[in-house]
Amino acid sequence: MSDGILVFAEHRAGAFNKTTFEAIAAAQGLGAEIKKGVTAVVLGAGMSDLANEIAAYKVEKVIYADNEKLAEYTPDGYADAMERVVRAADPQLVVMPHTYLVRDFAPKLAARFKKDLISDCLRAQATNGQVVFSRRIFLGKMDADVVAGDDAPVFATFQSGAYRSEQAEKGSAAAEVETMAVEVGAVRMQPEPAFQEVKQAVDLTKADVIIAVGRGIKGQENLALVESLAQALGGEVAASRPICDAGWLPIDRQIGSSGQTVAPKLYIALGISGAIQHLVGMKNAGTIVAVNKDAEAPIFDIADYGIVGDLFEVIPVLTEEVKKLKG
Amino acid sequence: MKILVLMKQVANKDAILRINKDATWIEEGDLSHEVNESDGYALEEALRLKEKGGSGEVVVVSMGPQRVKAVIKDALARGADRAIHILRDNLSQLTPFVAASTIAEAVRAENADLILTGLQSDDHGFAQTGVILAELMNLPHATIVIEVDASGENLRVKRELESGWYQWYSMPKPALLTIQSGISQIRYATLKGIMAAKKKEIREVAAATDDAGQASQRITKIYFPQKSKQTQFLGDGDAKKGAAQLAEKLRTEARII
Repeated sequence: MSDGILVFAEHRAGAFNKTTFEAIAAAQGLGAEIKKGVTAVVLGAGMSDLANEIAAYKVEKVIYADNEKLAEYTPDGYADAMERVVRAADPQLVVMPHTYLVRDFAPKLAARFKKDLISDCLRAQATNGQVVFSRRIFLGKMDADVVAGDDAPVFATFQSGAYRSEQAEKGSAAAEVETMAVEVGAVRMQPEPAFQEVKQAVDLTKADVIIAVGRGIKGQENLALVESLAQALGGEVAASRPICDAGWLPIDRQIGSSGQTVAPKLYIALGISGAIQHLVGMKNAGTIVAVNKDAEAPIFDIADYGIVGDLFEVIPVLTEEVKKLKG
Repeated sequence: MKILVLMKQVANKDAILRINKDATWIEEGDLSHEVNESDGYALEEALRLKEKGGSGEVVVVSMGPQRVKAVIKDALARGADRAIHILRDNLSQLTPFVAASTIAEAVRAENADLILTGLQSDDHGFAQTGVILAELMNLPHATIVIEVDASGENLRVKRELESGWYQWYSMPKPALLTIQSGISQIRYATLKGIMAAKKKEIREVAAATDDAGQASQRITKIYFPQKSKQTQFLGDGDAKKGAAQLAEKLRTEARII
């Protein structure tokens, strides 16, 4: 009978990323609630060191699935290997971080079980043994509570930041590492080495004040207004994805999951609705100010101060007032 | 090259959403709709690949009730050659596996060289239907694609990774790609295109599978997100007054100025 929780530990270039430990924290938390043990899975080729690193965490076991075709990530390779592990471990729940890598192979994995993922969850809570997953829908405007169908395994992915990586509990002794030689079929995708497009000219992570603009700025010519506010506040100008896509600001000024993640003292979001992809890049800022004409915009959910109105009215007045106060 | 483009119709980005009586989905009666943003970029990429290749066919595939004809007609006006409309009411509880299974049945016989779709929908946001469809049709795939080179024997695509990293992958055709928003400038429909679209074929297909009970997940309740912070709203509708109050707050409360 299907039992326990399996958690997928993602690594790249020889290191686990933070979301892996968030996923472990999620699995441990759920495991405690439904009284089930947690098993971690590491896929790789000659990477047992990585499996040992995970074994230090409070898990019943680490499965290290080894195959030379897993030296580099491919969706075919990972789906094959994970399918073997899931069939062997027969868990009731598979927990994964909602990263670009997981998004790339995990739907394929779930489809092999005639299923899909309960994807990009923010929370999960068990009542009477049944887990209710909460995920954001409509670009962050609404939340949905979701329950899984009856058949195991249930596949769920958790959004970056949904759990805290430091909450991942270490074990009192190292867990057993089971090395599993997995079969991997033909891999159709040939990856080339990953690369960074441009050397990042601006390091927004060091800025104390960030003034970010979104679609509401309407045109490139209006950026001068934003520049003058940034100057008055001694801050950097940044943007949400559509602005960089349009070429109005260079991509190294993009905040969000595909850009930079920042935590300045002050973050002013001008005309940014607050899609999840943007929020994950800035929600840890000290003070968040949002200006948007739509009172329902999700950005207001995380804002300390909000102005519902036209940013073209707000910016000049705010710039003048800041100048006055700074003397 | 024959390219299928999967396009979904979703609630308009600026629409005010209201929760339905059972709190299981939004009120759709008076809702305005538009094409899912990244699907629009998938269509644009398909049209560009056809133009670069010099020949071929772009076929739009959309699933939903009659209202999705708006998305289809717009795509035809922009340059798609014909369309397949998979008729299906009530998409609110439609899961990615069931959606992909239904689409697979409807498009299998097309034997396309390439299937493109957006990286995720702006309503459910599952980010899975394309990848599951690739698995069901036994195609290689790549997600979050921002550049496509289809000129060679193999397909070569540039994928976006996290935090400013990228990676090229090559794979044989046929294949399925999910396209990231913003990879090109989307063309407008011309008057000529709109006129020409009226003569293009839209084939209606009944959704083949009866999938009651198959769903591996179900929405029990939707609601407005709980605020994680108490937002102080300033200005009371007067943006200029709000700006002046904000400057003061940034000095006295947040102590940033």
